[in-house]
Amino acid sequence: MLNNNESENEKHWLVRKKTIVLLWRVGLMILFLLVMADFFVHAHPYFGIDGSFGFYSWFGLITCIAMVLVAKALAIFLKRKDTYYDDE
Amino acid sequence: MMMSDFPPGLVLILGAFLLPIISQKFRPILTLGLPVVTLYLIWSLPNGVFSTFPLFDYQLSFVRSDSLSRIFATVFSIMTFGGSLYALKQKSVLELSAVFVYAGSAIGAVFAGDLISLFVFWELMAVASTLIVLSVNNKHSLQVSIRYFLVHVFGGTLLLVGILAHILDTGSTTFSAMEPNTFGTILIMAGFLINAAAPPLSAWLSDAYPEASFSGAVFLSAFTTKTAVYVLLRGFPGADILIYIGIFMIFYGIIYALLENDMRRILAYSIVNQVGFMVTGIGIGTDMALNGVAAHAFTHIIYKALLLMSAGSVLYMTGKRKCTDLGGLFQSMPLTAICGIIGALSISSFPLTSGFISKSMISQAAADQSLTIVWFFLMAASAGVFLHAGIKFPWFVFFQKDSGMRPSDPPWSMRLAMILFSGICIGLGVFPELLYAMLPYEVTYEPYTVTHVIHMLQLLLFSGFAFFLMLPWMKRTLTITLDTDWIYRRAVPNALQKMFSIIWQLDRSVRDALKLKLNLYLSYFSGKNDRLSFLLSQNYPSGSMVMWVAVVLAAYLLLSFI
Repeated sequence: MLNNNESENEKHWLVRKKTIVLLWRVGLMILFLLVMADFFVHAHPYFGIDGSFGFYSWFGLITCIAMVLVAKALAIFLKRKDTYYDDE
Repeated sequence: MMMSDFPPGLVLILGAFLLPIISQKFRPILTLGLPVVTLYLIWSLPNGVFSTFPLFDYQLSFVRSDSLSRIFATVFSIMTFGGSLYALKQKSVLELSAVFVYAGSAIGAVFAGDLISLFVFWELMAVASTLIVLSVNNKHSLQVSIRYFLVHVFGGTLLLVGILAHILDTGSTTFSAMEPNTFGTILIMAGFLINAAAPPLSAWLSDAYPEASFSGAVFLSAFTTKTAVYVLLRGFPGADILIYIGIFMIFYGIIYALLENDMRRILAYSIVNQVGFMVTGIGIGTDMALNGVAAHAFTHIIYKALLLMSAGSVLYMTGKRKCTDLGGLFQSMPLTAICGIIGALSISSFPLTSGFISKSMISQAAADQSLTIVWFFLMAASAGVFLHAGIKFPWFVFFQKDSGMRPSDPPWSMRLAMILFSGICIGLGVFPELLYAMLPYEVTYEPYTVTHVIHMLQLLLFSGFAFFLMLPWMKRTLTITLDTDWIYRRAVPNALQKMFSIIWQLDRSVRDALKLKLNLYLSYFSGKNDRLSFLLSQNYPSGSMVMWVAVVLAAYLLLSFI
């Protein structure tokens, strides 16, 4: 246990476990506050659905997940070892 | 010709030929001084058309100065200055000279008032940029630069045929807004689009740019695609098809960058993504959209160069370029990391950075025109930019795992260039009026409203949240993703090889069969002859016949004496 603590202390403060946990907490807090901010800002939707509660939050999250999934699906067919063209 | 109408691009092109003959000690005076002179010339040009020469029945005009050409030429010369500062450590004079011809002809193309002089500068850019790739001079560079050059020669040929057809149609060489509805104008647009890295020939960019030197890639990222954006903006504003092409480019860039392992290839794909935003904006074609495109081209050149400077510094200090080899570098390269992050935030259009004030204009234009689907795509893409470039690049290069490497920040000239461009990114984000004042149309846009800032923060931070949620899925592997260059690097050569081996096989079997048949006939006839007369006609009937004739004659001669 002592050893573990020592190796933790040798690390740069930014990559210590404690800092990372703190960063996650602060990050989630910011996300929550941003969604809550929707109660206060005056939205002027252009198309309807973009006026729904927290639209930009869930839209950003869902589309990003979708893009990663599409990329993963495409990779099944198009991924090759990076030495693929080496014999040119 | 008066000094005031001297084509500003020529300063850099002529300067390029001085660089190899001047001693290395004084070279920085030229590489840093000439862009400043160019910028001065650009801003001392009044609006109008200058430097005109007759060519046969046509008129060449090398300088058309208006707000649109001025904003592009301005950012090109700022780019040349910052890039030259960054490249002070570059030992290859060939690369520096090529860069100056390249930058000068990009400025020349932007000022060209007619299609013929545009074409001349266009081709000069293709040659010079190929030399930048070639100047690396390792085992790949020859192959890469040949591929790069061939694509651009093809694009140039389309453009030339298009220009000639257009001149025949209209009788005028003037380069002004067109509709893509005749043979000539369609080919012109296709030639422009190839340089914008539009599909299907988009792979030249991600193929060639990451193979350039640490400084070469910085220059390459700026000129070719943005000159293409300029000519599309000048030539085809409001052409609907550009909206669809642009949207495709946006998502193509995101998806391929997400799968990529090479840090500079990630940034190369993200150039296609960013140019996609601009091409979409040109397709929308309203004053707001076109302003947005010009502004976005300006800010994009600066932050993309900054990102490539940051990546180039990592390459320069470590010699490594794959995300799988990198990580944890923020500890020993804090300045490179911070500048890279500023570039990453700018490309993601974070508030208070330059991307925020330019990209929003394009999506606002889509909303104003009630282009519902386009708007939703643009919003998703804005989130995707943060995902594929904004977080991915800094995360995998500077954080991620600890690679164990502790390289220091790069030399002062490279640091200074990064600080300068970081300053421009934030400066324009804080004082958007500086950029808005240069735009071609009157600006009626206010980027900093509370609603807009909150919404963009929601979009971006939840995109970041998605990144860290899916981090195990984002793990880099030693792979590449096949792109359209596979067609001319693998499919066509393989198909040709197969085709020729089949042709040769067929050829050989036909020959063999014929030979066999001939032999058969030959032995058939000789056999037949043998049966008829064993002595007179054997396998070689003429020889034996001659002999027998000689025998008969000799006998006759003998008998005549008797």
